[in-house]
Amino acid sequence: MDFSYSEEQQMLRDSIAKFVNQDYDFDTRQKIVASEGGFSKENWKLFAELGWLMVPFKEEDGGLGGTAVDLVGLMEELGKGIVVEPIIPTVILGGGIIAEAGSAQQKEELLGTLMEGNLQLAFAFAEPQSRYNTADIATKAEKSGDSYKINGHKAVVLNANNADKIIVAVRTSGDQRDENGISLLIVDADAAGIEKRSYETVDGHQGADLYFKDVTVPAANLLGEEGKALSAIQNVVDRAALAVAAEAVGAMEVTYKKTVEYTKTRKQFGVPIAVFQALQHRMAEMFIEHEQAKSIMLMAAMQSDAAGGVDRKAISAAKARIGKAARLVGQEAVQLHGGIGVTDELDVGHYFKRLTTIQFIFGSTDWHTERFAGL
Amino acid sequence: MNVNFSEEELAFQEEVRQFLKEKYPKHIQEKVKNGLHIEKEDWVEWQKILYEKGWAAANWPVEYGGTGWTPTQKYIWANESAKHHVLEVMAFGMKMVAPVIYTYGNEEQKQRFLPDILQSNVWWCQGYSEPNAGSDLASLRTTAVREGDEYIVNGTKTWTTLGHYADWIFCLVRTGRPDEKNQTAISFLLIDMNTPGISVSPIITLDGRREVNEVHFENVRVPVENLIGQEGRGWTYAKLLLTHERTNIARVAHSKVRLESLKELAANTSNGGPALMDDPIFKKKVADIELDLLALEYTELRTLAAVSTGQAPGPESSILKIKGTEVAQALDELDVEIAGYYCLPFVKEQFEYGFEGEWVGPGNAANAAPTYYNHRKVSIYGGSNEIQKNIICKAVLGL
Repeated sequence: MDFSYSEEQQMLRDSIAKFVNQDYDFDTRQKIVASEGGFSKENWKLFAELGWLMVPFKEEDGGLGGTAVDLVGLMEELGKGIVVEPIIPTVILGGGIIAEAGSAQQKEELLGTLMEGNLQLAFAFAEPQSRYNTADIATKAEKSGDSYKINGHKAVVLNANNADKIIVAVRTSGDQRDENGISLLIVDADAAGIEKRSYETVDGHQGADLYFKDVTVPAANLLGEEGKALSAIQNVVDRAALAVAAEAVGAMEVTYKKTVEYTKTRKQFGVPIAVFQALQHRMAEMFIEHEQAKSIMLMAAMQSDAAGGVDRKAISAAKARIGKAARLVGQEAVQLHGGIGVTDELDVGHYFKRLTTIQFIFGSTDWHTERFAGL
Repeated sequence: MNVNFSEEELAFQEEVRQFLKEKYPKHIQEKVKNGLHIEKEDWVEWQKILYEKGWAAANWPVEYGGTGWTPTQKYIWANESAKHHVLEVMAFGMKMVAPVIYTYGNEEQKQRFLPDILQSNVWWCQGYSEPNAGSDLASLRTTAVREGDEYIVNGTKTWTTLGHYADWIFCLVRTGRPDEKNQTAISFLLIDMNTPGISVSPIITLDGRREVNEVHFENVRVPVENLIGQEGRGWTYAKLLLTHERTNIARVAHSKVRLESLKELAANTSNGGPALMDDPIFKKKVADIELDLLALEYTELRTLAAVSTGQAPGPESSILKIKGTEVAQALDELDVEIAGYYCLPFVKEQFEYGFEGEWVGPGNAANAAPTYYNHRKVSIYGGSNEIQKNIICKAVLGL
């Protein structure tokens, strides 16, 4: 048994921690959120230079190894700064699905550019009616000759407004919720017939609803085998679930610590409010929740690595348990801060916002609890 | 013991329904129902309609323009209002400063201020909290120093809801020495917002909106006739008022309507196949809230009944504040849950009345997270839920 990080893992963590502490204070983050595109291209270049974009990929794909333990390390540290650069949509989802399903040629063409920091991606898998069922796909792609024609509506596609290419999960055969008949197509973001309804998200990220109307894609843009994409999609969504769960662990650590500090300085009734035992016990709970969350995150990462990539039951356990912790820590942090916790100007509220949305993406707390119980 | 309505009460219920159907402006209804941005003009317009009908002030004494309704009639009004998505009257004038004026003010103050509040000619805001006086309100430091026929006011008030709309502010100020006890040091002062030396700065909340403000006073000269009651009695007035106020804070009728529409929404939300409402975990969450709400409804009815027999609402009203806000926040959270991925889009323009573009996501999904974020305030304001528990411990349990 060994819970220590390897030298490389520790170096990676240290380098992200240094970046978050020195170059990503809350004011900087808020300026980035408000900027055109909602992320810093300079930061993205830096991430590429430091090799962070290579972390989730296997060595044979040009990456640094791609273990789940590495992935959660990366995301936990980024979570401490609630970093908004599109690591999840471009690297974990977009890059992830190419690595999972792509041909050697597709990987070579796309992943290298991605890891150099020169490619933004989005993965359009969810639909308005699908919720967390990745097999529920109504968007159709019909093949005629050497091309596919896509029609449908994809919901809440993260980073779609910044993406150069969008990987779209489509139905090429079967009924709406059939497990077979789902395929993946790589689409140029500016292809004719894609209407984008772009928006900021409530947690400072970027997304869009995408409407495909007779969008023509060359058959060569098929990613993986036609009709057999579901398990690759679920693997990648599960990796994203683990990634945001790890991000939440990092965000929770900062959130509970900031709350403890605040209660030591906020004076009411002539004393710091930290002296009230009713509040002390609640902060003890926040601390316990964070530790439990970190434990189950590491469990899921190690089990996934042991399983050769994704251990669904372990990931569901982590996403569900961490979601529960994120809810408590976020809500209590705001409550213990009082009025100032509900304002836009204080960082704690923004940690709370992200800790909230994480509970409802890539499978909600309840969805993962049910999947855990059923596996 | 029974909770049935009499013939007269049923007739009253019908009258309320008719009135709301005919007179409640549709554009305001649409805004409330869909969580759209409410303008100052909406409150004013609706309040004037209520005034015409003689229903502007459910809780005021009849002599000042109150309805004289029985507790049952108030209960009926609250339920019908919630069902029709009625905009609630702006509390600061109607429910907060007016009771202080008609209870502790002099004749001249009553005549000067009450009619304009009733007809919504004047907009009021509240000046209680300060940056360093939140839960410990009594430690407030805004000073009012008497100089001839005027007070000179200096200090900062915060969390001033819709203060940027206000014509007048009612304030708790320190008239005594800094070390003097609250019971003798704090006074209740009415201040015209147009007085030189007052500035208002916005505080943006987590939903990205401007709802609250800081109000700064720099050598603001206030005529002494704007003092309510006696100097040094302001703390007592405000405390009585806060207890009174908490009877209205449970918002049971409102939560009942929300619960029903939430069930309907969940029944129509696909959970990747079956309806979300058929999901056992989700169903249990809804049932848990419903049970809490049902108990709260009867707790509220017991409180109303006690008030109608002349008993003042006691510290038990803290229960209404705690449980009422817990239920409301639980409903907010389920709205986010129903939205699923659609809790993410933040589409500000969609919340403006008259927006003609297509809404992102089903129904009101885009409003779910901003509302959930904003409503974390309800367990903080009006005396935080922790303070309410302190009140119960001290005043009820004798701890």
